[in-house]
Amino acid sequence: MAVGRVTFSKAEREKLAEVLWLLNWISVVTGVILFSLGLFLKVEIQKWAEVMSEYGTFYVPHMLITTGLAACCINYLGGQICLDCADTNKFLRWKLVMMPYIICTFFFTSCVLAGALMCYSIRSQLEESLFLGLRNAMRYYKDTDTPGRCYLKRTVDMLQIQFQCCGNTGYRDWFQIQWISSRYLDMTNSAVVDRLRSNVEGKYLMDGVPFSCCSTFSPRPCIQQHLNNRTARLHYDQESQQQNLWRRGCRQALLDHYTGIMESIGLTVLLIWLFELLVLTGVRYLQTAMENVLLLGDPDLESYGWILENSLAEMARSNFNIIKNLGKCYQVDDDPNINVPTAAAEHEVPSQATRIQCSS
Amino acid sequence: MALMLVKFDLKKRVKLAQSVWFMYWFAVLAGVLVFSMGLFFKIELRKRSELMDNNESHFLPNLLIFMGLIACGINTFGGKVCYDSLDPTKFAKWKPMLKSFLVFCVVFNALLFVTALLCFLMRIPLQFTLAEGLRNGMKYYKDTDTPGRCYMKRTLDLMQMEFRCCGNDNYRDWFEIQWVSNRYLDFSAKEVKDRIGSNVDGQYLMDGVPFSCCNPSSPRPCIQLQMTNNSAHYSYDHYTEELNVWKRGCRYALLSYYGGMMNTIGALVILVIMLEIAVTVGMQYVNSSLSTLANPEDPESESEGWILEKTVKETFTDIMDKMKAMGKGGKVEEGGEAAVATVS
Repeated sequence: MAVGRVTFSKAEREKLAEVLWLLNWISVVTGVILFSLGLFLKVEIQKWAEVMSEYGTFYVPHMLITTGLAACCINYLGGQICLDCADTNKFLRWKLVMMPYIICTFFFTSCVLAGALMCYSIRSQLEESLFLGLRNAMRYYKDTDTPGRCYLKRTVDMLQIQFQCCGNTGYRDWFQIQWISSRYLDMTNSAVVDRLRSNVEGKYLMDGVPFSCCSTFSPRPCIQQHLNNRTARLHYDQESQQQNLWRRGCRQALLDHYTGIMESIGLTVLLIWLFELLVLTGVRYLQTAMENVLLLGDPDLESYGWILENSLAEMARSNFNIIKNLGKCYQVDDDPNINVPTAAAEHEVPSQATRIQCSS
Repeated sequence: MALMLVKFDLKKRVKLAQSVWFMYWFAVLAGVLVFSMGLFFKIELRKRSELMDNNESHFLPNLLIFMGLIACGINTFGGKVCYDSLDPTKFAKWKPMLKSFLVFCVVFNALLFVTALLCFLMRIPLQFTLAEGLRNGMKYYKDTDTPGRCYMKRTLDLMQMEFRCCGNDNYRDWFEIQWVSNRYLDFSAKEVKDRIGSNVDGQYLMDGVPFSCCNPSSPRPCIQLQMTNNSAHYSYDHYTEELNVWKRGCRYALLSYYGGMMNTIGALVILVIMLEIAVTVGMQYVNSSLSTLANPEDPESESEGWILEKTVKETFTDIMDKMKAMGKGGKVEEGGEAAVATVS
């Protein structure tokens, strides 16, 4: 019993071919959209790649780019095929290519689905990468004279200004690292020497943050130094503290930013996947309808189109049998050149009759 | 002798009408472009009107919007006329209006030219508006508790960070005003009292700038306070320190931003003018070629097309005579009636 059997008249077949040709061209456009989404994501990740560790493992943009290009090629070919399918004579040209094309498109469509699902699952990997990347970036903030790290200060400052965030989890992360380079510390000053001695690693730690943590919403001029000392300033109460610096951590800010982008991209890719599935179904119907018409002999007759010739279970069984018998084909049971034992020589039975069917 | 006479047969006329119709559609798009540029400019001015003391002139963007709408209108009308010119019956109903339409087009082109000129000249009043507005803005930086001015601090901070500038002409402008509110000054401290006493107006002036002046590209953490005191910071010389705070003044930064925008808009308006002149000339050819058919009944007959029926000089003298005649026309009437009255 065929799965999804539908009858097609000649006019309906031609209409189906036309519609599929148009849909294939629309799919080429969606392929371009997919490609540009991948490109956009790659550029967005590249912008803040310095604060991400192992950003090279983000294969989502590359997958989207290759899938987009593949979509363009496959759907362009599909459009050509569907255009020719309206006519039975031209269909003969494509007859042998059709089945491999459909299988190829089926695998490609599942790649699109995989791409969409990957967009949603990348959050945890991103969080880990951001945590490590931001920690390193803050550690190397002061190294503006080390080649390879000299622009990290600028990157972190721009990040904190643009995303309105401070530190990794919060502003206190800056208290635990030395973000002022030793070049700008007066080593003859006793206060500086005391601070350096007060911790095990000899780092100049202070309860201050860089200027880029300052919030533009604060009604008073920014307080960056002596943040833990309540009495250092007038009226430095709870409210002033809340509005003074950015409260959010940069890891959270970047995570939200990228998750938002990925979710929108994931949704778009899912919609594209549904559309591709629709086109694939249509092409399958067209292929089966055209093949049945050729079997009937008369191009003006009605024919059946289906998704699968037999039900799924039967198809699985027949495929399994094919695989089983592929092995049996090579077993030599009735080769006349093999010496048969003499006891059974007078009862020799012609063996042609019992030849096993190799093909099913 | 007509100006730029061209002979037309039917095929040439059809081709002319089709290409002018096509150009009219581009001209409609150009009109939409002028309209949207005017809108964009208006929005940009609105966004930063606080920095210009809410005093900025919206004359130029309004003019651009108005011109864009009119351009769309007349170009759509011209396109329709061109489309109908291929059919003699339809064209007959437009024929009487064409001459005045073309005169209107010429006047419109002249106005567009004036608009383009204004785009390049508006820079000058903008400079003064910006200088005044920024000076006042900086004065109100500290007034975050005064209604109506409470967002000035945020606006100025965001502007300095976005445009990478500090102060009006340069960062020293911040040394001359009090940008720390009295609410956050400890009046019992000696240092504060000294500073306030040290100047005539009793303002708390200091050689420091707000954090938004800081340059992220600086290799060392930002030095905002005690900027002119070299001994307050290790290995610091404020004369040679280039990257610490933004060196550019905000007036210059904003002026170059808006100036660039206006120059681009002016250049695009000039391109639109050239397109409009081309379609006006094309329409004049269509009009003249269809009104000089050798045989009015036969649409396939030959005809001539021109820009002006007579030479420029003759046309000019004709117009002057017509205007004089219009002025005299009233007087001749009176004279005639008086003569008749006396005779009878």
